[in-house]
Amino acid sequence: MIAIIDYGMGNLRSIYNALMKVNGDPVIVSDSAKLSGADAVVIPGVGSFGDGMNNLKPFADELFDVINDGIPMLGICIGMHVLFDWGEESNCAGFGLIKGDVIRLPQGVRVPQMGWNELRIRCDSDLLSGINDGDFFYFVHSYYCVPANKHTITATTDYGVDLAAVVEKDNIHAVQFHPEKSSSKGLIILKNFVGMARC
Amino acid sequence: MLAKRIIPCLDCDLGVPFGRVVKGVRFKQIRYAGIPWELAQEYDKQGADELIFLDITASHERRETMSKVIEKTSENVFMPLTVGGGIRSLKDARTAFNAGADKVSVNTAAIKNPDLLNEISKYFGAQACVIAIDAKRRYERKTGQEMVDTPQGECWFECSLYGGREFTGIDAIQWAMEAEERGAGDIMLTSMDRDGTKDGYDIELTSAISNSVNIPVIASGGCGNLEHILEVFKKTNVSAALAASIFHFGEYTVSEVKEYLKKNGVHVRL
Repeated sequence: MIAIIDYGMGNLRSIYNALMKVNGDPVIVSDSAKLSGADAVVIPGVGSFGDGMNNLKPFADELFDVINDGIPMLGICIGMHVLFDWGEESNCAGFGLIKGDVIRLPQGVRVPQMGWNELRIRCDSDLLSGINDGDFFYFVHSYYCVPANKHTITATTDYGVDLAAVVEKDNIHAVQFHPEKSSSKGLIILKNFVGMARC
Repeated sequence: MLAKRIIPCLDCDLGVPFGRVVKGVRFKQIRYAGIPWELAQEYDKQGADELIFLDITASHERRETMSKVIEKTSENVFMPLTVGGGIRSLKDARTAFNAGADKVSVNTAAIKNPDLLNEISKYFGAQACVIAIDAKRRYERKTGQEMVDTPQGECWFECSLYGGREFTGIDAIQWAMEAEERGAGDIMLTSMDRDGTKDGYDIELTSAISNSVNIPVIASGGCGNLEHILEVFKKTNVSAALAASIFHFGEYTVSEVKEYLKKNGVHVRL
């Protein structure tokens, strides 16, 4: 069972449908106790850092347990941001599971970044298996993650700055783009993630 | 680098059980283009970057049909989906998001109640809040309006409602800036002078609005061929171009449009 955490941040139907499409067995979970039986966990989300953190607080203990147990986790967009130490948007602490900050996109580009941008693959990873350098993914965001350890960045994208598009640390996987909105390439990434859940 | 987006627009008549995509030709004869979710799947295969579903019937009893259309589409089509036409309240917006929409576009309701933009943006995020502006050229000078030079003479742009049936006196440039301020994340800008004509996008309008805001602008109204799409990307800094009839009736596929743009130096996703 792949738990999609429902913490009131946006449209869960697309991620649910996309996981179904790649033969995952998604369940939308709004009760933190249900996380314990999951084979994998997805933190989806659109919205603001502060609201995200507030709404996720009830899941915090179970989330840390899941990660300590080595269960694969995928954070998408805001679900990626909250894994870091601190967010500029709400001047608010995140879960600190990955060292680094989440800051605003630089001056000189339209904000939000909205649309399809190319992935620049930095190193191979199971999540990115079957994805080619230069493949396009759908991004929508005004803030971006700056990991303290650059080696956790497995792919970047260029938008005024070379920003972290995929960050991976052990069983934690985080993507800035929306795989559930990135057509066939996005489905490949979700299929890879579903594969990890079954290992 | 961020790609320029190509967005097919599906004008939906929801007066039949599963809805149908229609297109008025020069505002009159209606042609039927197909079932919304079937067309959506076809455009996904062709490489469309986003889809916009506009409820042209926009009456409350048909809202459920739109939900069905979006639910069905989002089972198989994994790209951003926008719903517009008749979104009047936060509740309407929520219904669209629950069905699987990623964004809602508002026009009339936002002009009548600008706070609606702040509310949608606050509850669902700026990325989910599209302001639709239907603008018409006015050549008579009026104090307080932003005058723009065009080959046809100096003009300002007036916001219209109900698909051009009612005019507001509101300056489109000023309204675009206010909408950005209130939290809109995208501007869907339609030229009422060009809509349905196939004469090409209104370059001066598109340029004026796009240069006045820092959020992405989608050019709409008047697309009749490949050159029109190239022109709007070459002459303005818009983020996206919307077209309807050139795609619906098989004149061009989305991939043909993109290949042509790429050949001519526009960065697109292929």
